[in-house]
Amino acid sequence: MATSSAVTANYVLKPPPFALDALEPHMSKQTLEFHWGKHHRAYVDNLKKQVLGTELEGKPLEHIIHSTYNNGELLPAFNNAAQAWNHEFFWESMKPGGGGKPTGELLALLERDFTSYEKFYEEFNAAAATQFGAGWAWLAYANDKLKVVKTPNAVNPLVLGSFPLLTIDVWEHAYYLDFQNRRPDYIKTFMTNLVSWEAVSARLEAAKAASSSSS
Amino acid sequence: MAIRCVASRKTLAGLKETSSRLLGFRGIQTFTLPDLSYDYGALEPAISGEIMQIHHQKHHQAYVTNYNNALEQLDQAVNKGDASTVVKLQSAIKFNGGGHVNHSIFWKNLAPVNEGGGEPPKGSLGSAIDTHFGSLEGLVKKMSAEGAAVQGSGWVWLGLDKELKKLVVDTTANQDPLVTKGGSLVPLVGIDVWEHAYYLQYKNVRPEYLKNVWKVINWKYASEVYEKECN
Repeated sequence: MATSSAVTANYVLKPPPFALDALEPHMSKQTLEFHWGKHHRAYVDNLKKQVLGTELEGKPLEHIIHSTYNNGELLPAFNNAAQAWNHEFFWESMKPGGGGKPTGELLALLERDFTSYEKFYEEFNAAAATQFGAGWAWLAYANDKLKVVKTPNAVNPLVLGSFPLLTIDVWEHAYYLDFQNRRPDYIKTFMTNLVSWEAVSARLEAAKAASSSSS
Repeated sequence: MAIRCVASRKTLAGLKETSSRLLGFRGIQTFTLPDLSYDYGALEPAISGEIMQIHHQKHHQAYVTNYNNALEQLDQAVNKGDASTVVKLQSAIKFNGGGHVNHSIFWKNLAPVNEGGGEPPKGSLGSAIDTHFGSLEGLVKKMSAEGAAVQGSGWVWLGLDKELKKLVVDTTANQDPLVTKGGSLVPLVGIDVWEHAYYLQYKNVRPEYLKNVWKVINWKYASEVYEKECN
C-alpha cells in the first residue's frame, strides 16, 4: 500500500517548504495566499469538522482517504481528506529555482519508461492539459514502473494503487490569478521553473523501499 | 441555416469561418461564438467586465473551436465507418459541445440591471416557482446552496421537467448539459460554478458569487422558455 510519511494523523495545515513569495514570478504570492491560505486551509478545517464524532476521527489521513474512496463510490469526507493530502504533496513537489531536467537515477528511469525526458514531459504536459474540469496530473510509480496519470477532482494515485511521485494541480484556482485560462502556459512554467526533482527522487526511494518490503 | 447580416467584425469573421466550413466539408453544421447582447462591463458589479470578457472570448470560444474540431473528426470517422474513433470522440464532443450549449444559455440567463437583470419572474413561471419552492427566495436559497456544494467544476440549474410538468433544481458536473440528468429536462436558468466564472473577482468565496449573481439573472428569458415549453 502506498504511503507518505509527510502527512500526519492530526490533519495539520503545514506551511509550504518555502515562503509564500518564494516562487515569484512563476507562481505569485497572491496565488499562494489564496491557494494555501484559503483553499488548502478550508480542506483541513472542514475535514476536522466532518470526522468529529465519527469512526474516522483520529485515523491517519491516508486511512480516511482509502476508506472514503470506497472503490469509487465516494463518501462525504473523501473530498476534504484527499484534497488536504494532495495540496501538501503539491507544495512539496515545488521549490524556488526548480524545474528543468532531473539527473541521476530518476533521469535514467524516466528514460527507461518513457524513452526520453522529452517524451515524459510531453506525456505529463498532455495529461495536465487534457484533464477536463478540475483535477491533477501525476508522475506515479507502480510495479517497478513510472507512469503518468491524470485524475479528476480529488482523486489521487493512492486510491488507484500506485505511489505518487510528482503532481501538478490543474483546478482553475491553481493558476487562474496568474494565467487566467492559459493552463498550457502554467504547466510549462511549472515544468521549467518549479518542479522539485529532489522531492521526486526522495519519494521514489521511499516507494521502492516500500515496494520491496511488502513483496 | 439563416445567416445573420450584422456588420460587426466578430460576426463577419464567424460568418467567413462558417461558410468556408460548409464549402469545405460535406455540409456538417459547425458553430461560432454567439455574441452577447450587452457589453462585457454591463453586469458590474455582480460580475466584472474582466471575467465576462475572458469567459466569453477565451473559455466559450475554446469550447466552440474544440467542438468544431471534434465534429470534423467525427464526420470523417463516421464516413469511414471507423467505429472505435467515433466512440473515442464522444468525450471531446460531450465536453466541448456541452460547454458550447451551456454557455450559450448562460449568456441569455444574464442581463444588465437596466435591462431587467435581477427583476423577479412574473406570470406563469413566477407562480410555478412559488408553488414548487414556496417563494423566489426559497428557490434562490436552494440553488445557491447546491451550487456552492458542487465539488470541482459544474453547473447548478433550474429546469422544467416537461413530462412531470414540474420545476426542478439540479446540478451537473463539468460541462454536462442538464439533459444528461433526464431526457425531459429543459434548462431555464443555469449558473456556471466553474472557478473561471468567478475567481478573478470572488476568489475562493463561491457563495459570495452565488449571492450576487441573482442581481443580474434575466428572468424574462427564463419565463419565455418556460411559457414556450408549457404550451
